[in-house]
Amino acid sequence: MGIQLEIDGQPVTVEPGTTLLEAAKQAGITVPTICWHEATTSYALCRICVVEVAGMRLLQPGCIVEAADGMRVQTRSERVVRARKTILEMLASSVDLSDSPDILALMDEYGALPERFPEAERREVELMDDNPMYLRDYSKCVLCWRCVQVCAEDAQYTFALSFSGRGYETEIATFFDRPMPATTCVFCGQCVGVCPTGALKPKREFMLEQGMGPEEIAVMSSGRKRKRT
Amino acid sequence: MSEINLAPLDKILRPFVPLGRSGLLPALHAAQKQYGWLSEEIAAGVAAALGVPLADVHGVIEFYSLFYSAPVGRRMIRVCADPACALKGADDLLAHLCTHHGIQPNETTPDGSATIERSPCLGLCEQAPAILFDDQAETNVDLKTGHYELGRPRSPVYGPLRLLTRNCGNGTTFLAGYGAYAALQKALKMPPAEVIAEIKASGLVGRGGAAFPTGVKWQGAADAPGEEKYVVCNADESEPGTFKDRILLLDDPHSTIEGMRIAAHAIGATKGYIYLRGEYPYILPVLESALNEARQAGYLGGASGFDIEVRLGAGAYICGEETALFESIEGKRGFPRVKPPFPTTHGLFGKPTVINNVETLANVPLILSMGAAEYRKIGTEKSPGPKLFCVSGDVKKPGLYELPFGVTLGELMEMAGGIIADAGTDLETDKRMQAVLFGGAAGAFATPEQLDVKLTFEDLRAAGLPLGSGVVMVFDESRDLRDALARLGKFFAHESCGKCYPCQMGTQRQMEILERLVNGNWLPGDAERLQDVGWTMTDASLCGLGQTAAAAVLSAMKQFPALFDGGR
Repeated sequence: MGIQLEIDGQPVTVEPGTTLLEAAKQAGITVPTICWHEATTSYALCRICVVEVAGMRLLQPGCIVEAADGMRVQTRSERVVRARKTILEMLASSVDLSDSPDILALMDEYGALPERFPEAERREVELMDDNPMYLRDYSKCVLCWRCVQVCAEDAQYTFALSFSGRGYETEIATFFDRPMPATTCVFCGQCVGVCPTGALKPKREFMLEQGMGPEEIAVMSSGRKRKRT
Repeated sequence: MSEINLAPLDKILRPFVPLGRSGLLPALHAAQKQYGWLSEEIAAGVAAALGVPLADVHGVIEFYSLFYSAPVGRRMIRVCADPACALKGADDLLAHLCTHHGIQPNETTPDGSATIERSPCLGLCEQAPAILFDDQAETNVDLKTGHYELGRPRSPVYGPLRLLTRNCGNGTTFLAGYGAYAALQKALKMPPAEVIAEIKASGLVGRGGAAFPTGVKWQGAADAPGEEKYVVCNADESEPGTFKDRILLLDDPHSTIEGMRIAAHAIGATKGYIYLRGEYPYILPVLESALNEARQAGYLGGASGFDIEVRLGAGAYICGEETALFESIEGKRGFPRVKPPFPTTHGLFGKPTVINNVETLANVPLILSMGAAEYRKIGTEKSPGPKLFCVSGDVKKPGLYELPFGVTLGELMEMAGGIIADAGTDLETDKRMQAVLFGGAAGAFATPEQLDVKLTFEDLRAAGLPLGSGVVMVFDESRDLRDALARLGKFFAHESCGKCYPCQMGTQRQMEILERLVNGNWLPGDAERLQDVGWTMTDASLCGLGQTAAAAVLSAMKQFPALFDGGR
């Protein structure tokens, strides 16, 4: 027997151990996410996937809370919408979202105003160009932790990344802010692959965006043109 | 950097090597004690000795306010700027010290002699304004008279009961004064289940703020499968306005140790930790001595089958959150974990763990000695037992008050000499009460109309006031509560761990709006912004810090709406 619950008034049956996020998906209901990724451990950071569960005092993160028998879940209640909208507005007042089309689309969907928080201190960091492979633009970082996770136990066991600061001043950082080539980084590229906001970007992609042609990029990015066989 | 002599580092780190990653905080403390700060070379040495990735060592140094990755002064002067001290002139004190040393707050003198920091609450609220001067408390600092008290802080203890505080107020009560662990002897003759039943029957609930039934918690850990179990004492007292655990541990360490030992018997634990906040360094030697006494008397270590290690925090309010505290003991950044699973099954090192506040543990020997039935005669039916209240702010006799549950707020105010029925006797100094901040930074305001409220869990809950950690911070009619709110806003922005979005960004946005409020730059729409941020943090944050970071603000918006109309 599966787990029987109700999502937005709709009866749903799922396998035991299914998260509310997954259960909603099976019922054809989209619950938005930012930090969640299929390849990384869910830590329920962004809280965009929160839903309202009857009988529970606080909103529950859909990415980790498992479906239980008889649960009644609302994925778009007034409280849920207020939380999502406010989180999105706070993000827009903190981070450069210009390379995050998914988050921008969510802002449209929830009517979140990018200018909701005037005079807010933004997280502005200089672009870091310290290796031939990728650039780090932490002004675009939403602290989803995916890069730290894939660099550690979720994939590569390289442990080149952790954090500096705390709270709002948290930033992804290497050991004493060493440049990437001076860390344990092995340039596997997985962090770039999972970054949702363009904070980590292949150098070639960046140069293409800057309007450079392939020839120019080949010269600029130190590598020789690869032979095609 | 080459002038740093790394030769002694190896020897300094040796004791922590067997602890592996869990030894990270103690190793960093030891290295910093030697070198004054933690350079890249020292951090790399620690990483190599303990087998911790370099980036993680840096991440840990960066997380804790009391670790420094850049040089600081030979003397550290930390001036508390939170509400209780602010009422007693903390801003003037900070400004005076900065002028005297020719620097700004959070700077070091050019000769490297001193660093002055604006500090979060130091837990010396009843002797405000207060400074942590290196490892010593400096209290009751009066710029006008030049008076101050340096060294071990006093323990002003009042109230009609002297049960929890029976050994407090006269310096440390060591084992000779405390006497044999009679409650433990009694408990050891009882099967663990019976001890738990006794604690349940007493109606004891957690005194750290969450009020969870202690017996139920113990039962959970006792029932959890596994050989390896832990008892952890949460002595990371950091809630602004709270200082009860400081007095209990400094004056009567054995009651807490005995409480832990009894808990260990009840759940079958072999190891315990006391996590002491980094801002209480002067308690550390007292605890170590008391633990040694308990070992020599056979209550701990060796044949007793249970021993306790003290871990010193390093400046992070979030580590008072139980799972963040575990992470800290494990040598990590103090990020709270997602719950469930709960500590009773997956606690420290992933093992079944009982974690209790100092005051909760101090109640345990009392319950065992008196018997639950007798204990329940204190207090009320639904809130049995004695309770410690931390009274600070605009009262004549700030201090620690031990009361039976059920005394009214007005009665407590009278004991503290803070309320005058007939203004007119001494208009120069006596002012009427404006508000009481209950429960600390994560608390709510009571108004003079609520003086009749009984101090019990049930009555306070009905009145919309959290008992929290027993904070009763009094503001007289001359005070601008907006100033207190702005300080609380700054406190939470400083202390948010940054893990979940609502709190990480919400505490920052809340602080910015509150600063506008106090500076008179209130913008149209700020009240709605404050509400949206507040409710989002309350409703959607991962842990108790974020869930209560807007509590005082939302309470003030309800109780004193005129403060938020934008006019000054």
